[in-house]
Amino acid sequence: MSVLRVEGLDLEVSGAPILRKVGLTVDPGEIVAITGESGSGKSMTALAVMRLLPSGITRTAGDIALEGQSLTAFSEKEMCQIRGGRIGMIFQEPMTALNPVQTIGDQVAETVRLHSGASRRAAFARAREVLNRVGLDEDRFPLSRYPHELSGGQRQRVMIALAIAERPALLIADEPTTALDVTTQAQILDLLKSLVSEYGMGLLIITHDLAVVAEFADRLVVMNDGQVVESGPTADVIAHQRHPYTKALFEASGHQAHLPPIPIRRSQRPLLDVRDVVRSYPKPRESLFKRPSRLVAVDGVSFSIHAGERVGLVGESGCGKSTLTRAILGLEPVQAGSIRVDGIPPDRAHGRVQVVFQDPYGSFNPRHKVSRLVSEPFHLLDTPPTGAERDRLVGETLEAVGLTRDAADRYIHQFSGGQRQRIAIARALILRPDLIVLDEAVSALDVSVRAKILDLLAGLSARFQLAYLFISHDLSVVRSITDRVMVMRAGQIVEEGPTSDVLGTPKHSYTRALIAAAPKLPERKEQEGSADVLERL
Amino acid sequence: MLGYLTKRLVSLLASLFVASVVIFSVVEVVPGDPAAFMLGMNARPDTIAALRAELGLDGSVVERYLAWVGGMMRGDFGISYTYRTPVADMIADRLWVSLPLALFALTLTVVIAIPAGLFAASRRGRAGDYSIVGATQIGIAVPNFWFAMILILIFAIQLRWFSAGGFPGWQDGFWTGLKALVLPAVALALPQAAILTRVMRSSLIEVLGEDFMRTARAKGLSSGAAIWRHGLRNALIPVLTIIGLQFAFLLAGGIIIEQVFALPGLGRLVFQAISQRDLIVVESVVMLLVFAVIMTNFLVDLAYVAVDPRLRRRA
Amino acid sequence: MTGLRRLNWPLAIGAALVAIFASAAVISLVWTPHDVTGMNISARLKIPGDGYLLGTDHFGRDMLSMLMAGAQTSISVAILAVGIGMVLGVPLGLAAAANRGGLDEMIMRANDLAFAFPALVIAILITAVFGPSAVNAIIAIGIFNIPVFARLTRGAALSLWTREFILAARVSGKGRTRISVEHILPNIANLLVVQGTIQFSLGILAEAGLSYVGLGAQPPVPSWGRMLADSQTLVGLAPHLALVPGLAIILTVLGLNLLGDGLRDALDPKLRVGRT
Repeated sequence: MSVLRVEGLDLEVSGAPILRKVGLTVDPGEIVAITGESGSGKSMTALAVMRLLPSGITRTAGDIALEGQSLTAFSEKEMCQIRGGRIGMIFQEPMTALNPVQTIGDQVAETVRLHSGASRRAAFARAREVLNRVGLDEDRFPLSRYPHELSGGQRQRVMIALAIAERPALLIADEPTTALDVTTQAQILDLLKSLVSEYGMGLLIITHDLAVVAEFADRLVVMNDGQVVESGPTADVIAHQRHPYTKALFEASGHQAHLPPIPIRRSQRPLLDVRDVVRSYPKPRESLFKRPSRLVAVDGVSFSIHAGERVGLVGESGCGKSTLTRAILGLEPVQAGSIRVDGIPPDRAHGRVQVVFQDPYGSFNPRHKVSRLVSEPFHLLDTPPTGAERDRLVGETLEAVGLTRDAADRYIHQFSGGQRQRIAIARALILRPDLIVLDEAVSALDVSVRAKILDLLAGLSARFQLAYLFISHDLSVVRSITDRVMVMRAGQIVEEGPTSDVLGTPKHSYTRALIAAAPKLPERKEQEGSADVLERL
Repeated sequence: MLGYLTKRLVSLLASLFVASVVIFSVVEVVPGDPAAFMLGMNARPDTIAALRAELGLDGSVVERYLAWVGGMMRGDFGISYTYRTPVADMIADRLWVSLPLALFALTLTVVIAIPAGLFAASRRGRAGDYSIVGATQIGIAVPNFWFAMILILIFAIQLRWFSAGGFPGWQDGFWTGLKALVLPAVALALPQAAILTRVMRSSLIEVLGEDFMRTARAKGLSSGAAIWRHGLRNALIPVLTIIGLQFAFLLAGGIIIEQVFALPGLGRLVFQAISQRDLIVVESVVMLLVFAVIMTNFLVDLAYVAVDPRLRRRA
Repeated sequence: MTGLRRLNWPLAIGAALVAIFASAAVISLVWTPHDVTGMNISARLKIPGDGYLLGTDHFGRDMLSMLMAGAQTSISVAILAVGIGMVLGVPLGLAAAANRGGLDEMIMRANDLAFAFPALVIAILITAVFGPSAVNAIIAIGIFNIPVFARLTRGAALSLWTREFILAARVSGKGRTRISVEHILPNIANLLVVQGTIQFSLGILAEAGLSYVGLGAQPPVPSWGRMLADSQTLVGLAPHLALVPGLAIILTVLGLNLLGDGLRDALDPKLRVGRT
């Protein structure tokens, strides 16, 4: 008997359909992944199973059964017994998913006491046992720890502990590793996998990351626009990709941009020269009378970028890559070393280095029109263009990034995330800089949009002889869009070289660990034309 | 944690120092000589000089400031220019009215506001929520001294349940004294309760949107139990700040309410002192109020440590 | 039907109430039904109606006329006090947020200190030294407003400074002052307007309180707070003396608060439908 069976599930919000005829099953000891892009309805499916849908969203048809027992007829009180008891759930954001004012012991023990009615002592003993099981050992993680004393990965382990404390029949994991670094992700996925086989529970995992799906799941459910487009054993779905959407999704995920050849070096002097840069911050004072100690974010970094080169910088969160970016942009002072843009300090290299940030929603002043947003860098010029000349430049740049000229008169909230990232690139491009710094510039985008932006960057690099520094935590993206890559860890660059060499035959142990941890898409022969399918869908 | 406490303590002392300098300087700029004022027009210069010495008005500004602060630390607030009695005794008498009044009003405020805010937030968008929000809108708009007059009109003049004013003192028993403070405390508390209810409601609504509340539901807690066990304590953190500010406000705001009910508290004292230009009394009462506000804020900071473990950093 | 439901009720009611009292204040400059200070002993303590819409007081003065003139005092005191708070507080908050470190620390410490002086305490100090007047009431409430606006501005500005569009402006070579004026200020204007209406209503309450205890406007300047003070001994005899100015204060403050709430919803870009 299946642990979970969803049949013909329809959800609506004030008459508008959200899910249509969604069906899936999860068997004991089986890992089933739901995948799809944002808005496909994958999280809503999970919340519908838990009967924790946001208010306003209602189930209009279909049945959800847990071990053969229909959940839809249960009262709210009975559902409370199911949640945490027979279905456990973990979420994407481990940093905020735990109550900040309660100890981890209290929070795990609460699940136990709620469902088993165990004594306080017994519940804490069980909490200890489960926390040990998820890899938080007694010595370093006593029950009296508070969430703020733990890292993101450790907090996610606590979340798993409180979700499995009652040995549920079904565990639902909604993007459980999306907020985590790649090495942490690998550990959490391993843990989940071993728990599934040990407890014999079913695991329903929701993820947008096809590489995770391919390595991890037994069966795969592909969703698009509130419907299941294809499902089956993972290997089978990947091998045949019967539905055009599935095919397009996989191709976009493994997308390889066509980089033009690196232009021949005309000058020996590098475009960007970073020498022995150190950037440190004072830590909060421990006592009034001691000098605060300093946190070294960037620790003696040196590298250079020549005209037209495409360089990647990879590293996990906290490795110092964002700090380094800000220093290159001249936004932060450095304590030692030098940064030179064609021989000039960055804060005086007017407009030769520009930037594109990660968040397509936060990087524009919502009160300005696109023309004003895109032309803001003109401020750096001694005689900024005005009137028709300014409009012409704005229009040309918008066209260069694949938008139309009339976009200039609209406000930013009228554009989608991918379009906004194009506008951000236009803003970076309008002064015809020599170097653009792309700080996680495609990380917030769905795979299909991401593939197009990567193509755009490769094209712009060819057309304007543009060099860029591509900063990312995602090895597969860096692989597809750079000629050379640097690996950063704890403020230092540990390995550097041509992208194919570094990622193909890594020398440093950290690089090897990174590559080993990163889930990989199975190789598949490339076919023409599928990207258009995705667009039509 | 020790770091946090030392920081708070240093800032407490600095605030007290600067506040005392500000108050002292403001009173210093007043034209005229209190000694001459006290003795009247026809006083002989040597009498005035003697009185100046007695009042501690000789010496440089710095000397007088140090004498003032030093005196306060020993509980000596100087001699009233008008009554020639120690200011400390006058204040002590009045504090027995003002302080219980403020505490009484604060208790009422909290007892009304926390449950009301909790109720409204947990029924967000429903009739119960709307009626509480509506009531708080009106509560905030009502001036407390006007509300006091209406209370007198209804409960003292019409119903005769309470007396319209005055204070019998505590010597006739605790309940007699407390009864005289009921109407003033209600008048002070209700508008403040309206404010606190709104703070509690919006704080809890914000917490209800947090991820850990979803975790609580996924564990199997009912929505009520989730609010009780996980929402409340988190929602109380901003509420504490407001309670701290309100205590200060109630202590100072009591000054006006004491006028309405003719209570012999700090308010009466300070208004008499103003009209009699008894500046040393004004100066002392103001310093005392400011001291109370600063101390309250310090206590709120300590309470944070109790509520929020993120402030208790392990060494 | 949907139009009615869509209507921003708090905004509409609030704006209407505020408009009524504001026009009463303006009209009182040129016309009142009776002479504001004119006493008429033969017509004292008249209940509302009968030639005097809102009755007369114990000197036979027309309550409506006093109310209109009192609105003018209340509103001007509150506007000036909020003005002082905004003009000084907002730039301080912007400067504190733009220059983290020493200046920020200094401004915020001064702010904490200012919070230790409630408006009433400042008023007592000022009155003790300079004597009571409407101007001193304005200064007292205004000083109290400075840290309110400074703190609000700093908090909102700090969170904006971490946003990527501010970084983008910095990469475009714009200085901190220019970014504060060009990017920060317009994006916190909503908040300032909403807080402005709240402080405005608090200002009206504070002015009434100060005038009630004699620390605010002095005779013959008409004032709602003093009307209440005058009515106190007569409240059992003629309740309308207390009810009329009291309800005026309540309705004005209520109107301003509703206006603030309504503006918050109307100005919040998150709630605005504008996506295409």
